[in-house]
Amino acid sequence: MRGKRDKHRRPPAAKGGVTRRDFLRGAGVTVSGGLLVGTQVGKAAQAPASSAVAGPGAVPVTLHVNGKVHRLQLEPRVTLLEALRNELDLTGAKKVCDRGVCGSCTVFVDRRPAYACDLLAIEAEGHQITTIEGIGSKDKLSPVMHAFVEHDAQQCGFCTPGFVMACTAFLERNPNPTLEEVEKGLGGNLCRCGTYAGIRLAVLDAAKAMKGGSHA
Amino acid sequence: MPKCKYDWPEAGDRGLIGESIDRVDGAVKSSGRARYSYDVHPSGMLYARMLTCPYAHAKITSMDTSAAEKLPGVKAVLVIQPVGSEIQWAGDEIVAVATTSEAAADDALRLIKVEYDQLPFLVNEEDLSKAGDRAKPSAEQKSGDPDTAFKDPDAVISEGYYGAQVITHCCLETHGSMADWRPDGKLKTWSSTQSVSDLPGQIGEGLRLQKVDIQNSDIETVCQYIGGGFGSKFSPDRWGIVVAQLSKQTGKPVRLMLERDQDLEVAGARPSYYGKVRVAGKKDGTITGWDSDTWGTGGMGPSGNPPVPYVLEGIPNQLKKHTRVNTNIGPSRAWRAPNHPQAAILTMCALDDLADKLGMDPIELLKKNIDFAPEILRQAYVEELDKAAELAEWKKYWHPRGDKTPGHLKRGLGVSIHTWGGRGHASTCLIAIHPDGSVDVKLGSQDLGTGTRTVIAITVAQTLGLPVDGVNVMIGDSAYPKSGASGGSTTVGGVSGSTRRGAIDARDQLFAVVAPALGVEPTQLESVNGRIQVTGDPSKSLSWKQACAKLGVKTIEAQGKNPGQCKLGDSGVGGAQIADVTVDTETGLVKINRMVAAQDCGLIIDMKTAESQVYGALTMGVTYSLFEEKVMDDQTGIMLNPNMEFYKLAGIGDIGELVVHMMTGPGYDERGVIGLGEPPVISPGAAICNAVTNAIGVRVPTIPITPEKVLAALAKGGMA
Repeated sequence: MRGKRDKHRRPPAAKGGVTRRDFLRGAGVTVSGGLLVGTQVGKAAQAPASSAVAGPGAVPVTLHVNGKVHRLQLEPRVTLLEALRNELDLTGAKKVCDRGVCGSCTVFVDRRPAYACDLLAIEAEGHQITTIEGIGSKDKLSPVMHAFVEHDAQQCGFCTPGFVMACTAFLERNPNPTLEEVEKGLGGNLCRCGTYAGIRLAVLDAAKAMKGGSHA
Repeated sequence: MPKCKYDWPEAGDRGLIGESIDRVDGAVKSSGRARYSYDVHPSGMLYARMLTCPYAHAKITSMDTSAAEKLPGVKAVLVIQPVGSEIQWAGDEIVAVATTSEAAADDALRLIKVEYDQLPFLVNEEDLSKAGDRAKPSAEQKSGDPDTAFKDPDAVISEGYYGAQVITHCCLETHGSMADWRPDGKLKTWSSTQSVSDLPGQIGEGLRLQKVDIQNSDIETVCQYIGGGFGSKFSPDRWGIVVAQLSKQTGKPVRLMLERDQDLEVAGARPSYYGKVRVAGKKDGTITGWDSDTWGTGGMGPSGNPPVPYVLEGIPNQLKKHTRVNTNIGPSRAWRAPNHPQAAILTMCALDDLADKLGMDPIELLKKNIDFAPEILRQAYVEELDKAAELAEWKKYWHPRGDKTPGHLKRGLGVSIHTWGGRGHASTCLIAIHPDGSVDVKLGSQDLGTGTRTVIAITVAQTLGLPVDGVNVMIGDSAYPKSGASGGSTTVGGVSGSTRRGAIDARDQLFAVVAPALGVEPTQLESVNGRIQVTGDPSKSLSWKQACAKLGVKTIEAQGKNPGQCKLGDSGVGGAQIADVTVDTETGLVKINRMVAAQDCGLIIDMKTAESQVYGALTMGVTYSLFEEKVMDDQTGIMLNPNMEFYKLAGIGDIGELVVHMMTGPGYDERGVIGLGEPPVISPGAAICNAVTNAIGVRVPTIPITPEKVLAALAKGGMA
């Protein structure tokens, strides 16, 4: 039933050795009080001094997004999703569950799909971030976007950008998917309006359309 | 020629109407460029969040906000419910803050100290014996002579217990808005709302209740895109007033969107209904009596009696009791087809049990008793049941209760029928034809993702003889002519009616200007294929652009209204659905093989978005039947799953094959436009319950049908 989240859809570990889920949002990285949970955080807190400790105040963060360099001042606890939406006004990635469940905030980190709500902005430093704004526009739809329109794979549209990103990444890994593979590979995104029937068709159709051509 | 000026074109002349046309905002959505209220982010905007009550029932005894007020980044602290207030559910809003960053808002909330006296609470209602004085029975309803009907020695009587849980709306865009109270005293809100035209008045009223002075006419609400509503976003809610107060107080734009946990806790729940139902019937299948004792909760407020017996409302000899249970679970709200899915479960499962007792095919039982359904729908139901049975291969796969094939995988089919009104709401619009040939349609409606923009574009384009992209649809702003809220499947009938009438009147004005150039009377003209021509004679014509150029500098404007002259819509639709499931008797898992829907909704404007409504409804139906539930904790009174990993929505691999058949043609089209949002979401629950019963030979009485419940039912006496 549930639990079909694609295992491959994991963001890369950040350079500092601290990975996603290492933090409970809302606490500064240097604060190791009772608010923090998780063994990784415990290790991070006890890490040798050479391991960089940032914050809790704003620190310089350089993000590479859609081929542009952005130099920001962010508290270390700011997620990549918040940075994209609030600082860079890239609002295609949506905040829905805010804890790595629904996929509405899917972006690419070095071309691999990741939940932007589940990464800190500082973890994304040194990586190439691509948002939906970076793979197409309303006047120049990517093949997946086009297939979504064609098969009406969207209603309210709030989950749609995340699905388009997930589908795009899925088809890069698996250009000739079966229906079963589509259902497994896209299990990490949720929709409330019930657009899955259209999405299944859109992905299979986009796969055909993308044969032999490059995209995104 | 149509009989009435504004009538829909006759079959054969409908052009775009009824075709499968891409939604007009498809590209802006799929490219991630659609701007929702959650995305509006003007420079200098503050972020607001609210501290909520952690207890199900409590009185506030003390409050200290001083530390939060001193925190850097905090621009305003607003007490929503002061000391002394009695709180009736966990998650209720106590204090709001507006800050320069999201994180600062969290910090500020942590610094606010509120103390409470906890009070007794009730958060679960299925066990009525524990409800005590929270149970509020309503008067018994009786018709005919149920006593005699159930005592008849020849009667076959089935008896069962059925129920549907409390679920939430779980809109992916949480509730909330961005408010900008400007120095000139005017307030503009970007609100996630199903009710663009009505919201300013409601916000004004809410502000005046808080002693904040403003005229309704100084408030404008915008909602270009909304990330789900499903009946939960008709009012500004308390947070919609608070955000305006915060904006006024700080002099800055302020955005207040609920956090996910708050949204699931307080921003809407579908009432539960449980019931013991008895049905009496003759051996030939004729139903002779109905006896139901039902209860349920809509939080602290009334949620209405379930409309049972559902669809077959004319069943003779009825006895109905209903008890409302007041619980501290947060308020209920209209949830797509309010009370109907639950009533369908109470009724269609009971009838399925009667059919089993009679040794009848349940489809035959429904058809046998179809005269108990409203007369206008009887023929449709028979046709829809036949069509659904054909598409589901009912004859091949349905079997008497209990799949007798060996092994642990049991397959079963179940059926349900449903109804809804869906008459078009009041709507006004303004249609403008400009000298450059462009066409604007303005109305204060909203597109929930149902395809409202597309329906408007098709209606006006077809009426003017233009392509769909020749019409500029402008909705989602209360500054436009007033149009109804989008609820109860009323929008498509409302906006197609107003824009059809407006477009005909605008077109006639254009004909009057153009007629002299073509040397004919205006009544001899038609607008087709991008041209204004003498009816039936394309050789005497002007292109649309040439025709509009004759306007000189003057734009044509026409108003359109619904309701109005000529019958463009109706009320009352039917539908039949069949679920095909496989149940694993070792794990209790239910897998959907196929969901089939045969649905009528009068004249369809856009087949593509109409079908999407049904696909979506089937999917939501699978979700509420198998997965989602607002789980409340008896010990603490709080919701245990206010997040999206444990408040479970179906995923793309959970829904099986979906088959949708829209009933069109004679008998359907001439009824005009009728709404479609609600009806197809009603039957999935009952159909899936009946399919599971058909598979395993024993009833799982309540939804969601979890593995645990399946195994418990099997242990009680099914086929393991």
